[in-house]
Amino acid sequence: MRRLGGVHAPHRKNTAGSKPERLPLPKEIVLPMSMHIGAPAKPVVKAGDQVAVGQLVGEAAGFVSSPVYSSVSGKVKSVGDFITSAGQKTTAITIESDGQQTLWEGLKPPAVTNLDEFLQAVRDSGVVGLGGAGFPTAVKLTVKELDKVDYILINGAECEPYITSDTRTMLDETDFVAEGIGLLRKFFGKKIVIGIEKNKPEPIRVMKDLTAKTEGVEVFELPGLYPQGGEKVLIYSITGRIVPEGKLPLDVGVVVLNVTTLAAIARYVKTGMPLIEKCVTVDGSAVKEPKNVIAPIGAPIKDLFEFCGGLEGAEKILYGGPMMGIAVPDDSVPVLKNTNDVLAFNKKDAALPEETPCIRCGRCVKACPMKLMPLNIETAYQLKKPELLETYKVNLCMECGCCAFVCPAKRRLVQVMKLSKPMLKSYQDKQKAGKEAKVQ
Amino acid sequence: MSMLTVSASPHIRSSATTRRIMLDVIIALVPALIAAVWVFGPRAALVAAVCVLSCVLSEWLYEKAMKKPVTVGDLSAVVTGLLLGYNLPVTIPLWQAVFGSVVAIILVKQLFGGIGKNFANPAITARIVMFLAFSVSMTSWVAPDGVSGATPLAIIAKGTPELLPPLKDMLLGVRGGCLGETSVLALLLGGVYLLIRRVISWHIPVAFIGTVGLLTLLLGQQPLYQMLSGGLVLGAFFMATDYVTSPQTNWGKIIFGFGAGFFTVLIRVYGSFPEGVSYAILLMNILVPYINRLTRRKAFGGAGS
Repeated sequence: MRRLGGVHAPHRKNTAGSKPERLPLPKEIVLPMSMHIGAPAKPVVKAGDQVAVGQLVGEAAGFVSSPVYSSVSGKVKSVGDFITSAGQKTTAITIESDGQQTLWEGLKPPAVTNLDEFLQAVRDSGVVGLGGAGFPTAVKLTVKELDKVDYILINGAECEPYITSDTRTMLDETDFVAEGIGLLRKFFGKKIVIGIEKNKPEPIRVMKDLTAKTEGVEVFELPGLYPQGGEKVLIYSITGRIVPEGKLPLDVGVVVLNVTTLAAIARYVKTGMPLIEKCVTVDGSAVKEPKNVIAPIGAPIKDLFEFCGGLEGAEKILYGGPMMGIAVPDDSVPVLKNTNDVLAFNKKDAALPEETPCIRCGRCVKACPMKLMPLNIETAYQLKKPELLETYKVNLCMECGCCAFVCPAKRRLVQVMKLSKPMLKSYQDKQKAGKEAKVQ
Repeated sequence: MSMLTVSASPHIRSSATTRRIMLDVIIALVPALIAAVWVFGPRAALVAAVCVLSCVLSEWLYEKAMKKPVTVGDLSAVVTGLLLGYNLPVTIPLWQAVFGSVVAIILVKQLFGGIGKNFANPAITARIVMFLAFSVSMTSWVAPDGVSGATPLAIIAKGTPELLPPLKDMLLGVRGGCLGETSVLALLLGGVYLLIRRVISWHIPVAFIGTVGLLTLLLGQQPLYQMLSGGLVLGAFFMATDYVTSPQTNWGKIIFGFGAGFFTVLIRVYGSFPEGVSYAILLMNILVPYINRLTRRKAFGGAGS
């Protein structure tokens, strides 16, 4: 079997059997205009406006952008500054719920009869990469040369520990997944492969039942080795194709869609309801009753924790899984489009392990799925040598966390990768500027 | 709510620690110590204990004096002490053992920046320094029966293979030599433990011992005895595999093992010393940065280099 490096991270899929429960309506929601990669959406409402469920509140500002819809009915309280968890400043719309959940009168299924209409529907649905990446899905599906695409891969790997929301999509929203596959078959006509990690027998069974009836679709059992859900890793495991540096999956004839992303598109096409809510796994050692929760986008994650019995001694809260998730400064932050998991850890799990000197054991080298040499990248960073960072290709790092996970010296390798990338970028920009100056 | 911890991912770590790795190496070295006491008597344990204590103390004193964080808790100095002790004749004067330990920890390890920064294996380098400084006491071999006797390698070098001990004694360690190197069975037991615990991989020991076997076979030099003699098994499993002073990639490790085997045979067969494992490993230690550069692996999908 084709296999890249990786780690046997603990599974901790405690909530795999927890059927999602609906969160009681929050009093207030916060909708940042930047819940995706690309240009932030442009607010189309102002303070005092009345909005309904599914109503557009932020329109896409360009091709690589995505619209934002209200998940509640009520009154716009404010349109103001917001700092994302990545530290970027953006605008957010705060809406006070009136508790009525009145549906917007304009909601109706879009007419989808050809590929262009389908792509327009995907754009209008507000769907972005729900596996966590947040890249506008319509952009990904806009393929110039359709005959160069051989595969559409559906990512159901869900390799991060704890998270089970994609598993629940496959189990509970099987019809929408089927609908989505039907749409892809109809408008793209390519081979579709659903990739699921071997350690998830339930979703594998359900998806196999589903695909047995459909032509051109199959299920691929991925090895139980984190990070199978990483796009390049998934493509290699299923097709054997290698996405070259600086290229996209499309360049090797592959399009990858997360399974929940696909279901969300199908829901919009079928019902006209855009992306306004998410199934979020709520777990971690500080959560009293871990479960899956269907939450309106914009709901404060505090509400989710309260719904799960409240927190006990939480010292660290994450958006996403423990391998790649982002630690947030407080629990008032909202559920975003690409939030599939919120975790709260107690003191023991939140404690930062003591960093000791690198003993050059090479475990990070063995673990890296991108075949990088993290220990050398760390040295290059410490020496402040961007030319070495270039040699060691830190730009190919996807920050999956395998290196730091296995490191016996507990080096903060991912932190180093994150800091090394801008160092390399500014060096390369300078090199480029120098070359251009010479040419002139 | 109290202040939350905000840090870069990942937020979970494996249970591996430097200390646990060193503890595994210590566990793997225990059978050889038991064998040493059985073959050479209780003084073997005394020599090893003196080396361990003086290594740990040297590290502690140096770090205290230099106001550096004290790292004796990582147990790496214990490993160095054990390995140095295993590389000494059981009759070594204790003050010389202390001297060797100080050389290993202070000169070879700490002066280069401590754990992870030394380019040469501390125990091996210290052994070589001692070999040059105290050449008489470092080559006074006692046979297990108490009388002085030649090591199997010296016997081969003299061209009198009929005097070699029986193979069974070679495996059990009933022969002349350094106190921790003679019992091949005990060392292999420890080596297998390290392989199972994934502390080491097979590449260096197999390439190292295999090269010695193959080259001595080609040269008609008692390949079986060559593989079981001297410090080869101890060196190949426990010293050549030292992380800091060996390459990180599998191919790098194979090249390293091959080189160490090659130089060992060169010294054993053509050199003026009967044994060459220490020198061969030290020589390869120096070449590690070059081997690493040569075997740098290509990034997945990486363009260019």
